[in-house]
Amino acid sequence: MNLSNIKEILNAKILTNYVSLEIDVKNVIASDLMSDVLNSKNPADLLLTGLSNTQAIRTCEIAGIKAILFVKGKTPDEETIKLAESCNIPLLSCSLSMFEACGILYSYGLIYPDSKNGNGNNP
Amino acid sequence: MVSSTLIQRMETEIILNEEFEITGGDFINGGAASCRVKNILKEIGLAPEIIRRVAIASYEAEMNVVMYAKKGIMKLILTSDKIIIKVDDEGPGIPDIELAMQPGYSTATPEIREMGFGAGMGLPNIKKNADIFNINSTVDKGTNLEIIINLNTKND
Repeated sequence: MNLSNIKEILNAKILTNYVSLEIDVKNVIASDLMSDVLNSKNPADLLLTGLSNTQAIRTCEIAGIKAILFVKGKTPDEETIKLAESCNIPLLSCSLSMFEACGILYSYGLIYPDSKNGNGNNP
Repeated sequence: MVSSTLIQRMETEIILNEEFEITGGDFINGGAASCRVKNILKEIGLAPEIIRRVAIASYEAEMNVVMYAKKGIMKLILTSDKIIIKVDDEGPGIPDIELAMQPGYSTATPEIREMGFGAGMGLPNIKKNADIFNINSTVDKGTNLEIIINLNTKND
């Protein structure tokens, strides 16, 4: 699934300028704990988080995660958005809770990167 | 014999040696050094899995300095067969390393937890990504980490 599709499905808004949403998303990590994000064996395409500071961006840069979606309407400050733009990481924000956003994306067949069996909801 | 000694010496020859300063408490720039390490290794053209392991281990180590120490120096050393990350900090040190290595054990402040860290996964995560991990610490002086990742073997 494309990141623009995810934007539509979750009714999310884009926070970054000049960063492409043409990113293929197959697997997702959802966490507010950055060490948990760094602990996955395989890199995710997308991070769902409520943590809207620079460390969320750095974690994605380090772990090779291509995009971030903030839940519960969280919006990072200007500095954080600029850092994301310089790292070419698109930021999106939706008003849904973490649980709801995860549930919807799971129902579309997206999986955790270390998941061995998929989730049975292939799109 | 002479030639094998020579080969051995060539194998451990240092290709790259970079140093980065880390400032304790600087959460805004925390991670910048590890991002540079990642980009340097990317430019050299190392395998993405190796780069990811180095980047994660060095980032966790860097954030430990930011969170707990006054300041620190991170060194990136690349030889023909391995990558060495050394992190030496001036700080409170770790009184019980065995305890600190236990997943979930943490002495993090609420401020650190607000930044998404302090879950007690940092040192275990470094160990998991390293082929060799050495840690030494002196209370009230500081902590020294050495992370070695081999270029030719897989860590599982």
